[in-house]
Amino acid sequence: MSVIAYAAARTSFKRSGSLLHRNWIAMRRAWVLIVSGAFESLLFLFAFGFGVGALVGDITLPGGETISYTAYVAPAILANAAMMGVLAETSINVFAKFKWMKLYDGILNTPLRPWEVALGEVWWALIRGGIYVAMFVAVMGAFGLLDSWWAILAVPACVFISLAFAGIGLTLATLFRDWPDFDLMMAFVFVMFLFGGTFTPVEAYPEFVQPIVYVMPLFHGIELVRGISLGQFGPMMLVHVAYLCALAIGGTWIAQRRLSKALYK
Amino acid sequence: MSAAASILHSMPIRDEILIRARDLRKSYGEYEAVKGVDFEIKRGEAFGFLGANGAGKSTTMRMIGCVSQPSGGTMEVFGLDPHTDGPAIRSRLGVVPQDNTLDGMLTVVENMTVYAGYFGIKRKQAKAKAAELLEFVQLTARSEDQVSDLSGGMQRRLAIARSLINEPDLVILDEPTTGLDPQARHLVWERLFQLKEQGTSILLTTHYMDEAEQLCDRLVVMDEGLIIASGSPRELIDTHVTKEVVEVRFSGIHTTDLHDIAEKLEGIGAQIEPLPDRILVYTDDADATAIAIEARGIHPTSQLARRATLEDVFLRLTGRALVEDE
Repeated sequence: MSVIAYAAARTSFKRSGSLLHRNWIAMRRAWVLIVSGAFESLLFLFAFGFGVGALVGDITLPGGETISYTAYVAPAILANAAMMGVLAETSINVFAKFKWMKLYDGILNTPLRPWEVALGEVWWALIRGGIYVAMFVAVMGAFGLLDSWWAILAVPACVFISLAFAGIGLTLATLFRDWPDFDLMMAFVFVMFLFGGTFTPVEAYPEFVQPIVYVMPLFHGIELVRGISLGQFGPMMLVHVAYLCALAIGGTWIAQRRLSKALYK
Repeated sequence: MSAAASILHSMPIRDEILIRARDLRKSYGEYEAVKGVDFEIKRGEAFGFLGANGAGKSTTMRMIGCVSQPSGGTMEVFGLDPHTDGPAIRSRLGVVPQDNTLDGMLTVVENMTVYAGYFGIKRKQAKAKAAELLEFVQLTARSEDQVSDLSGGMQRRLAIARSLINEPDLVILDEPTTGLDPQARHLVWERLFQLKEQGTSILLTTHYMDEAEQLCDRLVVMDEGLIIASGSPRELIDTHVTKEVVEVRFSGIHTTDLHDIAEKLEGIGAQIEPLPDRILVYTDDADATAIAIEARGIHPTSQLARRATLEDVFLRLTGRALVEDE
């Protein structure tokens, strides 16, 4: 990287950081909201893991191993937590700042550019997603659901999920016309949560459904985190990571393009 | 840098041109909002864009602020190209948009310090500067309040204070007093006047003639995307209207009758303009005109002699355009 390109990148990084600072100042009075969001995932874990898990007992994976149902479901709910924190932040909050509060109109009068705004929102979403994940992993550990030290890797793996959904959420925020569009998004999210391989292996579904599942971003996130927390590594993990990264980069890029078009009238 | 060189550097170059626009255009699809305008704004000047709603003022402001890409023509801001040097230009501008765009999730003082962050200003410096500017716009007592608790006038003052946080070379205000009550307007005017006195270059749009007259050293009148007149307020009045205006009113008389009376007044003063509720007589000698009106046997219910204002210029210029359209 040339000296000038490096200096430009560093300034951009700092500029996106100033938006991160803004979000921190704005949200520090509402931290209860953020933390309470993480509890939702914990409730899912208790309901499905311990409730349903007690009835199901152990299950046999397609590979032949037998594990407790709770240990099977927990990583998927963790992946879900990483998604939800980020998606709430980037889609709903960014939409509100963009269309409703007209926050970016003011910010673009400063040296910040749309892609630095987008990047700043991604950083912030990662932090919020990170808080959800950290709380969840701590609880998983407390209940003995982390079988190996490898499971610590589930935390950075969640960063890939967060990144992917930050990109998706930002793009959605620029596409949404009004609040009813969020109901539509939540419907899709719920479908992914139910059928993205959270509760049963995908192989259990009818064959014609399976390709649809493979396209779902959450499926790749779940497979990645589950594989890591169960200590099962394979080349497919690279496919999951690549898919999630592509969504992150593509989504953020589309979002900043759309912000540019909408705000640089 | 030597001492002499540093003094030279800090001294404003005489007649330094901050903005130079040539044949600047902006269209949205078929609609041409700005149809080719030329203007130059010098350092230390208070420059105004006067025009009705939809005249193309705000669009021009947005192009200067590098948040709107011109469709044609050329423009230099601080000698830089807005197309490629947007961030560098914006770092030297202070912008007060028409709708303030304050951050509703932050307190008054946070609006200042967070905004400073966007310019890369260090926290400690930002805090000191924020306190100083809030004092300047008389909002120190409201520092910890939420923005939504402020009145319209206070929000505008906060937007003005915020625009000064980076010590800009030029402050751009888009209709700074639209929607404010008289007290709030005068407070804003006072502060803008103070800024001008301190040597800050100001660029503002307005459709209030009194505002342009009070604040602007030089101004252009825009109408339907074109500049139709330019000069100092005094020059514009001298060029386009007479020194004084006599407003003649007749209570209970309808518009068509006013036209008949206006015809009878023909020859008095420089020009006669019948309006729906009164007749304007442009003249250089109001007293003589008043006597001349009486001498023709016309007895108005009221006669008001006053100095010609920019409003007269504006109505003459844009009013005539309306006649041509018909």
